[in-house]
Amino acid sequence: MELALAPETLARWQFGITTVYHFLFVPLTISLAALTAGLQTAWVRTEKQKYLRATKFWGKLFLINIAMGVVTGLVQEFQFGMNWSDYSRFVGDVFGAPLAFEALIAFFFESTFIGLWIFGWDKLPKKIHLACIWMVSIGTILSAYFILAANSWMQHPVGYEIDKATGRAELTDFWAVITQNTTLVQVFHTLSAAFLTGGAFMIGIAAFHLARKKHIPVMKTSLRLGLVTVVIAGLLTAISGDRLGKVMFDQQPMKMAAAEALWDGEAPAPFSLFAYGDVEKGHNTVALEIPGLLSFLAEDDFTSYVPGINDTNKAEQQKYGPGDYRPNIPVTYWSFRWMIGFGMASFAIGLAGLWLTRKKFMLPEHLRVGEDELPQLVPFRKALRPRFIRWYWLIATLTLAFPLIANSWGWLFTEMGRQPWAVYGVLRTSDAVSPGVSQGEVITSMILFTALYAVLAWVEVRLLVKTVKAGPPELTDADLNPPTKIGGGRDADQPMAFSY
Amino acid sequence: MELNDVWFVLIAFLWVGYFFLEGFDFGVGVLTKLLARDRTERRVLINTIGPVWDGNEVWLVTAAGATFAAFPEWYATLFSGFYLPLLVILLCLIGRGVAFEYRHKRPEDRWQSNWEHVIFWTSLVPSLLWGVIFGNMVRGVKIDAEMEYVGSLGDLLNPYSLLGGLATLTLFTFHGAVFTALKTVGDIRVRARKQALTLGLVAAVLVTGFLVWTQADNGDGTSLVALIVAVAALTGAIVANQMGREGWSFGLSGVAIAAAVAMLFLTLFPNVMPSSLNEEWNLTVANASSTPYTLKIMTWCAGIAAPLVMLYQGWTYWVFRKRIGTKHIADAH
Ligand code: HDD
Ligand code: HEM
Ligand code: HEM
Repeated sequence: MELALAPETLARWQFGITTVYHFLFVPLTISLAALTAGLQTAWVRTEKQKYLRATKFWGKLFLINIAMGVVTGLVQEFQFGMNWSDYSRFVGDVFGAPLAFEALIAFFFESTFIGLWIFGWDKLPKKIHLACIWMVSIGTILSAYFILAANSWMQHPVGYEIDKATGRAELTDFWAVITQNTTLVQVFHTLSAAFLTGGAFMIGIAAFHLARKKHIPVMKTSLRLGLVTVVIAGLLTAISGDRLGKVMFDQQPMKMAAAEALWDGEAPAPFSLFAYGDVEKGHNTVALEIPGLLSFLAEDDFTSYVPGINDTNKAEQQKYGPGDYRPNIPVTYWSFRWMIGFGMASFAIGLAGLWLTRKKFMLPEHLRVGEDELPQLVPFRKALRPRFIRWYWLIATLTLAFPLIANSWGWLFTEMGRQPWAVYGVLRTSDAVSPGVSQGEVITSMILFTALYAVLAWVEVRLLVKTVKAGPPELTDADLNPPTKIGGGRDADQPMAFSY
Repeated sequence: MELNDVWFVLIAFLWVGYFFLEGFDFGVGVLTKLLARDRTERRVLINTIGPVWDGNEVWLVTAAGATFAAFPEWYATLFSGFYLPLLVILLCLIGRGVAFEYRHKRPEDRWQSNWEHVIFWTSLVPSLLWGVIFGNMVRGVKIDAEMEYVGSLGDLLNPYSLLGGLATLTLFTFHGAVFTALKTVGDIRVRARKQALTLGLVAAVLVTGFLVWTQADNGDGTSLVALIVAVAALTGAIVANQMGREGWSFGLSGVAIAAAVAMLFLTLFPNVMPSSLNEEWNLTVANASSTPYTLKIMTWCAGIAAPLVMLYQGWTYWVFRKRIGTKHIADAH
């Protein structure tokens, strides 16, 4: 059979497409849940109407987004059994438990409390209603934790034994699986990246309105919230990413070498800015490097030795038998750079934005504005102002997309860099696919999923744009007078505050 | 009882929960075309399940996850074997979830009616396919010595399992109708009761036929008891509906679903997926299960989490206990 259409290749493409798609919504869901909850908390505590309007606005965007996260997640849950049945048989004993925990603990939480939040505006007292959105937020974080524990086990299997008779992996220490450093650092990194994504999303949309001088009070608050989130999350993403790099260097030296297109071991090893190489011959033809930086990334020391792709390949051949243990080097190399580049660009923009919109007392007299006025943004020559301001808002609007791109590349890096292993050092991807599923079936499902996802993407983006353009809603009496009893104390004949 | 037997029971319980809960929201989805006469009535129907359908669906996610963890071989054979029917169910559940969440977000007529078509079809098709899948699972399919499904799609579409499909479709629709009668006021409530009678009678015939066939094939004493409970509860639900006892009627149709699903699992035990080729190749609670250690951890988790889930899901139903009708639908939506 043509390799290009081998079930393994098809199943990998399908997994890649559906998971990257799922992960466009996941980080936004995680962060917008918490940010919306934060805004609603501000409303409950201060009773300032702009917070309630912001809650309703961002809450609606959050709901549009989580709907897609939920339905695309369903595919993931089924997909292991459908396309990767040998994988499921092999690892079910270990890998199934975190997935079942995720469903039992996290998904029930999210899905139940989100229903209460959506429909509860006129049924629940203010504080209980607020608690519901916090529950949703906790649920999203828990679900990320469990699924990442499962993924970390694929990166670095621990707490298991291979059963002699059946040849399957069997769990011996669950605690080790959910608390190994790979899990903890990966959770830390992914969650900070998620907040970077949500913060940038807020900046982008707030900037879009502010550039048009619309909805200034709500959007100014949102802009500041987004900026602060991006700066803090960006910092944490970089710190955790650095930690993750060290864990990876320790556990998957091949991935680190491939990420740097470092063919032969060096001490000190340089960080590569640009490389163009020959994969067959195993060397780079063009390379632009920062000396010593890779050694530092790997071991906190500018001079230490870092093994290269060729060395590691030989070492793995000795350990696991003959074969090629190199992942796709160009993809691994570039995805690492795109992740850092796009993600850190949004951090830099956030930092600049925070400085440009800084509060009154740090600003010179002529730049100060009132509470509900647009910030002045351009701290120098008046004549240039209009043009610069337009550019600033445009850049801020575009920031919205950067962390989303960075996230996708980050996962492509992690997952492709692990190849040819599905479970590092234990199970090869080629041994993981479903033997009983035909090529035709996988092609059918891939075409149908991709087509449906494309249609949904179009629908969702149009709906998002429409909702964004409509801006924050006006408040009604019902909004401002929530019920005081559970179940809603208001007149039974009144229309519902929310209806499908 | 060994832990793997316990997990067989727990997984059966998760499926019972799933079909009991999502059963009525599938049914309500089908009724949006069968019962509702105009946009406002469709909104009323959709609103009765709005706050809860997502939580109901997680019962399925949990059933799948628990099967993966407790019986990896069962999960692998079931999901790779029934590839195409499950693919269709997945596509439907994707469309359905998005439809519920997006339909009301824009006021245009065409936008809303398109999503309503989606809701109808994506409720109807899975209601049918779940019956087909369970029919096949209980009766046995071509599984080889490696636990791989080696049959074709055609093998899955046999008279027995198709009857199973029609049985679940009508049973869920009936369940949805009595739920609607319980949750609405006004004209729609009256008509829901009328329609429930017709649906109930059709469901009674199909469900009884399917269960008796199952009993004749694989039944024993306990499964017979479950069969009798299912049929009696279904009859009771129809009678209660005629007497205007909506709460009783809904409760009894729920019991009917629970007993019918329980009966299927009873005929299955100790197998989880029998092979029609050779009895030696059956997947059983013993050869398909995880290790005792994994099962122990899972038992702890389920023992703590499951009661909590039922508590807060139950609370949701209480919060939204009020009936709704056309007068509660604001014009803007
Ligand atoms: C907004 C997104 C974003 C940004 C700005 C960064 N990352 Fe990242 N990175 C991710 C989003 C991400 C991710 C998508 O969330 C990944 C995929 C798997 C994971 O745990 O997180 C990831 C994986 C990932 C891995 C792979 C771990 C493995 O395969 O085991 C490493 C080594 C780093 N990152 C390191 C960094 C460094 C050193 C960064 C910058 C200073 C950085 N990341 C910024
Ligand atoms: C959510 C972010 C994730 C993304 C974007 C992602 C992306 C991908 C991609 C692109 C592949 C295909 C790699 C290839 O071409 O070989 C893949 C493979 C795979 N990933 Fe992930 N992944 C993610 C998370 C996870 C998680 C959390 C798990 C585990 C629960 C997981 C399990 C797998 C499996 C089983 C495969 C198939 C085997 C393989 O090719 O290694 N992935 N993933
Ligand atoms: C880093 C990777 C992932 C993270 C952080 C993550 C997290 C999330 C979040 C936040 C949601 C939406 C909220 C909701 O359920 O209501 C979601 C949905 C879902 N995800 Fe993922 N996910 C990831 C990858 C995966 C993978 C690989 C699987 C496959 C096992 C999966 C399974 C699901 C399921 C089944 C749902 C739908 C749950 C529902 O119906 O409520 N996720 N996930």
